[in-house]
Amino acid sequence: MKVSYQWLNKYLPLEDHKIKPAALAEKLARTSVDINSVSSPSDGLKKIIVGYVEECVPHPDSDHMSVCQVKISDDETIQIVCGAPNIKAGKKVIVALHGARIADNVKIKRGKIRGEESDGMICALQEIGFSEKIAPKDYEDGIWFLPDDAKIGESVFPYLGMDDTIIDTDVTPNRGDMLSIYGNVNDLAAIYDLPNGFNSHPVEENGSDQTSDLISAKVADDKIAPVYKLRVIKNVQIADSPLWLQIKLWNSGVRPVNNVVDVTNYILLKYGQPLHSFDYDKLTNHEILVRHANEGEKLTTLDGEEQELKAQDIVVTAGDQPVALAGTMGGDNSKVDDHTTTVALESAIFDPVMVRKQARRLDLHSESSMRFERGINPETVEQALDEAAYWLQQLAGGEVAQGIVVGNDHDYPTHNITLSLKKINDVLGTAMDMQTVQNIFDRLAFKMVQNDDDQIVVTVPARRWDISLAADLYEEIARLYGYDNIPSTLPVMTRNLGGLTPRQKKLRASRHVLEGLGLNQAISYSLTTIAKAQQFEVEPSDTKPMELDYPMSTDHVATRMSIVSGLLNDIAYNNAHKVANVALYEQGRVFIPKGGERPEEQEHVAGAVTGSMVPASWNAKAKPVDFYQLKGIVEQYLKNLAVAGEITYVADSSRPEMHPGRTANILLDGEVIGFIGQVHPNIAKDYKIPETYVFGINLEAVLAADTRGKHYTYISKYPDITRDIAILVDEEVTNEQIVAIIKKRGGAFLKKVELFDVYSGAHLPAGKKSLAYTLTYQDDHGTLQEETVNKAFAKVEKHLTDELGAEIR
Amino acid sequence: MGLREKLEELRQQGADEIKNSSNLDTINQIRVKLLGKKGPITNVLRGMKDLSADERPKVGKYANQVRDELQQMLDEKRAQIQAQLLDAKLASESLDVTLPGTPVAQGQPHVIQQVIDELVDLFTDMGYEVAVGDEVEQELYNFEKLNLPKDHPARDMQDTFYVTPSVLMRTQTSPMQARMLEQHDFSKGPLKMISPGKVYRRDTDDATHSHQFHQVEGMVVGKHVTMADLKGTLEAVAQHLFGDQLKVRLRPSYFPFTEPSVEADITCFNCMGKGCAICKHTGWIEVLGAGMVHPNVLKMSGVDPEEYGGFAFGLGPDRFAMLKYGVEDIRDFYQNDVRFLTQFDQKG
Repeated sequence: MKVSYQWLNKYLPLEDHKIKPAALAEKLARTSVDINSVSSPSDGLKKIIVGYVEECVPHPDSDHMSVCQVKISDDETIQIVCGAPNIKAGKKVIVALHGARIADNVKIKRGKIRGEESDGMICALQEIGFSEKIAPKDYEDGIWFLPDDAKIGESVFPYLGMDDTIIDTDVTPNRGDMLSIYGNVNDLAAIYDLPNGFNSHPVEENGSDQTSDLISAKVADDKIAPVYKLRVIKNVQIADSPLWLQIKLWNSGVRPVNNVVDVTNYILLKYGQPLHSFDYDKLTNHEILVRHANEGEKLTTLDGEEQELKAQDIVVTAGDQPVALAGTMGGDNSKVDDHTTTVALESAIFDPVMVRKQARRLDLHSESSMRFERGINPETVEQALDEAAYWLQQLAGGEVAQGIVVGNDHDYPTHNITLSLKKINDVLGTAMDMQTVQNIFDRLAFKMVQNDDDQIVVTVPARRWDISLAADLYEEIARLYGYDNIPSTLPVMTRNLGGLTPRQKKLRASRHVLEGLGLNQAISYSLTTIAKAQQFEVEPSDTKPMELDYPMSTDHVATRMSIVSGLLNDIAYNNAHKVANVALYEQGRVFIPKGGERPEEQEHVAGAVTGSMVPASWNAKAKPVDFYQLKGIVEQYLKNLAVAGEITYVADSSRPEMHPGRTANILLDGEVIGFIGQVHPNIAKDYKIPETYVFGINLEAVLAADTRGKHYTYISKYPDITRDIAILVDEEVTNEQIVAIIKKRGGAFLKKVELFDVYSGAHLPAGKKSLAYTLTYQDDHGTLQEETVNKAFAKVEKHLTDELGAEIR
Repeated sequence: MGLREKLEELRQQGADEIKNSSNLDTINQIRVKLLGKKGPITNVLRGMKDLSADERPKVGKYANQVRDELQQMLDEKRAQIQAQLLDAKLASESLDVTLPGTPVAQGQPHVIQQVIDELVDLFTDMGYEVAVGDEVEQELYNFEKLNLPKDHPARDMQDTFYVTPSVLMRTQTSPMQARMLEQHDFSKGPLKMISPGKVYRRDTDDATHSHQFHQVEGMVVGKHVTMADLKGTLEAVAQHLFGDQLKVRLRPSYFPFTEPSVEADITCFNCMGKGCAICKHTGWIEVLGAGMVHPNVLKMSGVDPEEYGGFAFGLGPDRFAMLKYGVEDIRDFYQNDVRFLTQFDQKG
């Protein structure tokens, strides 16, 4: 809320206590509500004064401009060329002198406009910083006239309220009471312990009619409008409001319209009580009924939009004809205009939830709806109505009919909360005494009765409807005591170990291993398109991903079922920004619908690499990543994670997103836990990425697996003996098959089998390939004899020949 | 000329030759020539048979002495030449040590992960446990049990991705408060937990908004947990992350699940409170929200608010990372540009 310092100062002796606006704002922020900004409307402006137009003649060389002689002091008159259509002689105007600064930091300079000297500028309100939304409509296209008694040569700021300071507060949902001058005055009186001089104007009913003869009011459902009151004011003369009222409104960010509308807005700001004024004569019937809307019922609101209503909406009707969306916006059919003479004035409390839903559904958030949503002070509903009537009497010559018509009038009793001094100190960690607490409640003007040394009973006034529990009062005590005065301690606790669980430790280790292996951690969006969400599943399925009911953008519609697709988006982003070498991993949640209310959340890890792991340099060529490089990373990763079972890689040509010949499933003891391979070129094209290798692993399986313990293996002191073997086999024979045979037949002393060459192509028969291995033999307990090795090696040769048809080369 | 003179002459001649030689081949030739089986010293020794028995041992001794001296000179010269050769070789092998080193592949943790890990380490050191919740939550735990009934205006503060009326993308990590309160056995001591993770809001992505970001929720509930403890804990966090000199100040705020609720500001680490562009000239930076756990939250999770109480806080690692490292666009965190990710490689 934009709170005027000058307005506050009317009710609180702020200036007398030398409380400056900036300090006040700081105090509010520390004690009450957050502050968006503190500023004065005249900030950044200078040399803008009151001038008097002595003469005004058409510009000889223009069809719309005028040449004015403007008196700017007792003995000085300057010539200004003015383009405003409403400029005329005999008026006091806003003059920006040579050297002045006006809105948007524009500097005014002396000059010639179409051949005529112009020694300054005559300004419209917008030109000195008023926003288009606030400057009164009548002056939208022209300059503003100052009051005739404005003193020539003086600064215009005091005349326009621009010397005020506006404190823009950011009110949290619980402090609806701070959306009024009344609430701010109350809170500041408590904060500074100042006398509260808030006053209101009672009304003297000067009309001859009884209000109840003119109008009736009913509320269909008690819940819709717990309080609903009406007054009728006759013979109202619509006119502009006096300047003091307009200033109050525009300094609060509200546009002045006419005296009737302005008075209702003034009361809204002063009390936080939204009022609605109906043109009494436009109401086809004067039986007012507040009820839920009928499904499909229509009402054209003040903004000219036709609203189609739903049964949960709430409306004010006259003769069962909707005339307003209760608490949200008035109807066009009953709006006050220049010809209005009789006004029906409504002051009510509408149900916060109903107003909120209606305003949200129809996107009609207003100053009124915002206040109804956050609560209305039941203590001032009638007071506000009375003061509004008073001002219509004063400013529009209205005759206020006798009495108030009451459609509903709930009682809002004050309530008592029992507190314990010990508990207050236990919760806040303070050592306050009873006197301190008493002082705080005195300042808040909450009645406090002391039962004994410890127990007190606090009576909470209805104007603080946010307070219902002891905890709410702890907050009042804490903020007025001052958060700075609360000490800093750490929780005193004995038995608590805390720390990471084994699962959490493993997940952290997993990240560290992959980083050590050269992959950068990415964090991508979990929400993606439906198509991408279901790609690259570790366990391919027909399951559809979980979809959002009401997404914000088409890119983020469904929860991912695999991490890989997000990484490919990242690669695309990098490539689009000319980063060709990308090595990423990501660890996080995937969401697999399994028929329950919520999808199953699994922890997965995935990697994606394109270009080279290591960039080209002056002494080394870049080595483009391939299947085997990524496989090496995955092998080392799984080794580091100490999975106890057997890991195998089995070719899989069935994954639609993957290259059919360059993809393997990763199996743990025969169960698929992941996959690795090259992204299918068609999919790569869809993602706009070059050749890319990826892996995806379901970590739940890894976390559930047994862990290989750390233990020491004896390192033999005796020399080893190696034998190389090169064999020619059919293309289809895999390394795994060969190694399996070698290991099975290698004998007790075979320690290691290492592949050191793979060759196919020229010099070999078609359909054949050559593989070469080094076999290492070693005895842990003695020196191995050549003879023993030769025998064992011959056995391997024989079995390779017999079982695989291998030709030993 | 006697044998002795002859030997002397050989010694002198040999010494000169060795001295003037400059490569290993010459040294070798000199050795063969002087000390070889057909060399002059051997000849001298052969001629000894003509000497008297008296002279023989003396000349013999002298001959051996000359031979040893020459041998030693040869060895020294050889070593000297070898050293020169090595020096020359090493000189020829000199590198431009200012050429860049061969690049290696090293991956970095994501900067948000670093912030989260720092916080996790800090809190686990203080005896907190880490509770990681689901990202797809029940409306019941995300809102209802946190004292945010349906139609509560505070729900407007958190635009939500709903899946069904009862299931949503969690808007905060706070649901773990309710879940942990329900599970915790208070007879075994207080509950001290933090819950880091991803959260989601129905927002349009721009420089300062992201539909996905992170939160770290913390909560301590026990028999004697005070607002002063909250203040001290937040100070520990701020000082751990941003520096020892920083102060924390609390301001009133509003969260449905805490009462009293506060917003915590820390001294601006950039200007140390003097006022600068980062803190908008206030000297303070808003870093997190906190408060004393609302009695309704305790009650709804089956904890007696008369007996137990405590504090909760929530902070945003994304915001922390933006503040700490001066990141200006929150989207940088989720686009994973390698040039961005690899900047945060400082360890320890």
